[in-house]
Amino acid sequence: MKLLRRFFIRLTNLATRRSADQRLREEMTEHLAFQIEENVRAGMSLTEAQRQAAIKFGASEAIREHHHAEQSLPLIENLMIDLQFAFRMLRKSPGFAFVAIATMALGVGATTAIYSVIDATLLHPLPYPHPSELVRIEANLPGVGAHDVGISIPELRDLQNSGIFQYVSLSFYGTNNLTGSAQPASIASKSVSPSYFWVLGVDPQLGRTWDPHDATPGFLPEVVISDGLWKRAFGADPHILGKSVRLDNDVYTVAGIMPASFRDQGQTSDERNADLWAAAGFAGDPAPPPMRGTRFPFETIARLQPGLSPEAAQGRLDALVASLKKQYPADYPAQSVWTLHLTPLAETLVGNVRQSLILLFGAVGLVLLIGSVNVANLLLARASSRGREMAVRQALGAAKTRLIRQLLTESLLLFVLGGIGGFAVLFCGRKFLLQFVPENLPRLNDISIGWGVLAFAIVVSVAAGTIFGLAPAWLTTRLNLTATLRQEGRGGNGSRQRSRLRHVLVIGELALSLVLMVAAGLLLRSFWDLFKVQLGFNPTRVLSIETSLPNPNDPKTDIYHTATQEAVLLREVLRRNRTIPGVEETAVSDRAGIPLGHSQNDRRAVPLLPEGQEVKSSQLPQIDTAIVSPEYFHLLGMTPLRGRLFADQDLEATPRVAVINQAAARTYWPGKDGNGEDPVGKRARLGGLGRQRPEWVTIVGVIADARTESLADAGIPQIYLDIYQRPAKFLAFYVRGQVDPSAIPAQVRTQIQSVDAELPVFRAETLDDVLSSSLSVRRFSMEMVALFAATALLLAALGIYGTISFLVNEQSREIAIRLALGAQRPDILRRVLRHGLNLAAVGAGIGLAGAFIVSHLMAGLLYGVSPYDLSTFAGVTVVLTAVAIAASYVPARRAMRLDPITTLHAE
Amino acid sequence: MAEKPDVLQGTLALMVLKTLDLLGSQHGWGIARRIEQISGDLLAVNQGTLYPLLLKLEHEGTIASKWGTSENNRKARFYSLTAAGRKQLQTETRDWEQTAAIIARFFNVKGEDLA
Repeated sequence: MKLLRRFFIRLTNLATRRSADQRLREEMTEHLAFQIEENVRAGMSLTEAQRQAAIKFGASEAIREHHHAEQSLPLIENLMIDLQFAFRMLRKSPGFAFVAIATMALGVGATTAIYSVIDATLLHPLPYPHPSELVRIEANLPGVGAHDVGISIPELRDLQNSGIFQYVSLSFYGTNNLTGSAQPASIASKSVSPSYFWVLGVDPQLGRTWDPHDATPGFLPEVVISDGLWKRAFGADPHILGKSVRLDNDVYTVAGIMPASFRDQGQTSDERNADLWAAAGFAGDPAPPPMRGTRFPFETIARLQPGLSPEAAQGRLDALVASLKKQYPADYPAQSVWTLHLTPLAETLVGNVRQSLILLFGAVGLVLLIGSVNVANLLLARASSRGREMAVRQALGAAKTRLIRQLLTESLLLFVLGGIGGFAVLFCGRKFLLQFVPENLPRLNDISIGWGVLAFAIVVSVAAGTIFGLAPAWLTTRLNLTATLRQEGRGGNGSRQRSRLRHVLVIGELALSLVLMVAAGLLLRSFWDLFKVQLGFNPTRVLSIETSLPNPNDPKTDIYHTATQEAVLLREVLRRNRTIPGVEETAVSDRAGIPLGHSQNDRRAVPLLPEGQEVKSSQLPQIDTAIVSPEYFHLLGMTPLRGRLFADQDLEATPRVAVINQAAARTYWPGKDGNGEDPVGKRARLGGLGRQRPEWVTIVGVIADARTESLADAGIPQIYLDIYQRPAKFLAFYVRGQVDPSAIPAQVRTQIQSVDAELPVFRAETLDDVLSSSLSVRRFSMEMVALFAATALLLAALGIYGTISFLVNEQSREIAIRLALGAQRPDILRRVLRHGLNLAAVGAGIGLAGAFIVSHLMAGLLYGVSPYDLSTFAGVTVVLTAVAIAASYVPARRAMRLDPITTLHAE
Repeated sequence: MAEKPDVLQGTLALMVLKTLDLLGSQHGWGIARRIEQISGDLLAVNQGTLYPLLLKLEHEGTIASKWGTSENNRKARFYSLTAAGRKQLQTETRDWEQTAAIIARFFNVKGEDLA
């Protein structure tokens, strides 16, 4: 306590020091004057009176110093003095200060920007209490090569009773039609176990969620809604609790409203933006009776018991699995090797962007490094002009550590000012910058530029300032005093060391920028290849617009239960859409049929087993299915290869038919000799998941592969079913033609709702837009890395320019003598250029080695281009060398044009 | 010349407070001279050390100062005791007397008393 008080007194003294010292001095003078007066009165001569007074008084300077040292904090005071001095030095050379601060602002600003994204996505992916307790449970059957097969209700109950978890919950994502308000809406919703919010550990802001131990077999009559939906659809009605809402024609009441800050967890942005949660036991209508073998392809998340590590929990889970297998051998055949696997939930959410973000962070880190090197280089250049200053100060007795401290303060000031500048730009431009971040980044909305990010910016600047300020400071103060003073600050031992360090720094810069440029080049080529890829379908002038049919819990109330019932609606809407002016073709498919447009949630993989092939196991290789109308293939310009496509005679009453792509034909009908057999006319058993019974389909046609699932993958097996035979709930209508993309959604909406006014119509997109947004993450990382590479190249060019200019300045005397002795001017030019080229060559050599390592690491982000692509490596090296020569050319010309007479006179 | 004892740490402050208590408002030189007179030239005080002490006491709030004019028409800073200072003086006087009394008792004890 006392220490602290004394510290604060000293701290305030620091502020009032000048006035206190002034006062001491005044009063001491007063005192001496009194004493002298009295001494004179006592009969002394004036000089004697002064002498005696001084003796009696004591050493006034020493007393003041002592007082000062006792009452103040010399460390902080020195820092203040250093800072003042540093500010003065910066003001004296504003050009240098501006360049250095701007460079650091760029480096730190960019690093901080990427950090803020990483902070929100990778470091804090789960906005829930005790996020480390949250895990995802995945059931696998490695024996038959099946992963994430889902979980059955008896298994869920076993998990809940195992004691390993506080709560376990199933969830699956879907959409519901909310009707009753002015415009029917399709709402992102999740069906969950009643314990869902207990797993997440979040309470509603209003009302309540469900009892976690509720054992109702079917859907509970109460739903929980998001703050957003509450405001959007219900005008933030404070009396909403207990009111009824109609979802897919079923009536529920609102039990609770989640807080505005709540965001659901999930792999896709659709899931994370869920607006409504309905709870069910999944053990009765509409779910099938709870059987151990009836697995739901749902996501299972759980909260571990407090203090239980995921590893320990996995151990106990393995034991549970072993005992269940012993208890129910019929349900868990030994050859399928049923296992349950725990993954920390945070890890499962960021998987696909992690690599891109780490690449970006690495790239931006390199830019920061190059920027810091550049500033260190500038500091070194200043060091030579300040050599004399340092020599004089050392000659006058300044300690070397004291001088280093002062120089370090100067460089730290530069770096921190740069860092704060970068942060300020970032803070002011955050809205603008966030536009460039692709929308499908997880937790995009949680990116915030706050105190944590500011702290990061300052820590980075201070670290960079210390690391890159220390060497220049040390070299600046390492002087041969007599030599330096005699030579007026030129030449000398320290100077040679400084120029060696400058060369090392420039080589480092060149190497780092080469690495970045190779990375950018490879990404650019991947992106270009993807952009130019043969799609296999034609997206131009096609627009898709979605609707969804209600899916009530009781099938008897479903007016679109059978394909025949649904066909009436579909045919009428298609007929009406064709009447819209400009529309040439129309078609309809389920959401999985939208090329590249459907998210992972809409992807439906079902087992497919060709007739006559052996059942290898209970789990079959799964195939992506899409349910489409006959016009779909022609509208999208997909090429039929064999057999026929769907026709009007394929109806609910006729045998089920299917069209597959080449990849499916290759995979499922490889033939006996592996050369492939014609699948047309063959039958296969499709399905068998959850509620659906497997059914027989006859393959009637084969179409060419198209990249409708993934741009990067041409050969994903796909099977198409006829929508007039297999009803689908989530629909996309397509129109192709000369239509106005801004007017058409409203026109299609009118047509759909004039057939059924209760259907929501939403998400109208041209397929070209869908295509370009499917590239958004790649485009974003490519653009960013390219931007960073360009910055790095610019900085490296500046660095080499500065170094060569400095060299020319330093050697101007030598060059002048050579010229005076008859050296040819082009030779001088060549000599200087060769110096620049040497630097570039060494830099490029080291850089190439680094680039090989980096490109190997980023192989997963590349498409269609080898990580060791020769042309990229060669092209980048050429560019770097050209830039290095160009940057050396300016000072080289100056050297060539030196006038020997004036130069030698000036010395 | 006999050795003059150094002023004990802290005692100078007490002397200053007591002097101001007796004389009311007084300037630095006056305080210095008074201490010299009372101690009967037995005490060697480097007069200069008085001023940092005055500054410190003022910081601590036991004394206050303002500019004034001395008897021979010189501008000088006059110090006076504050209420807090008076209280401080009382406690310190009491403490001092107690300490002095205890020490005195130790000196008065003779060998046979302990036997």
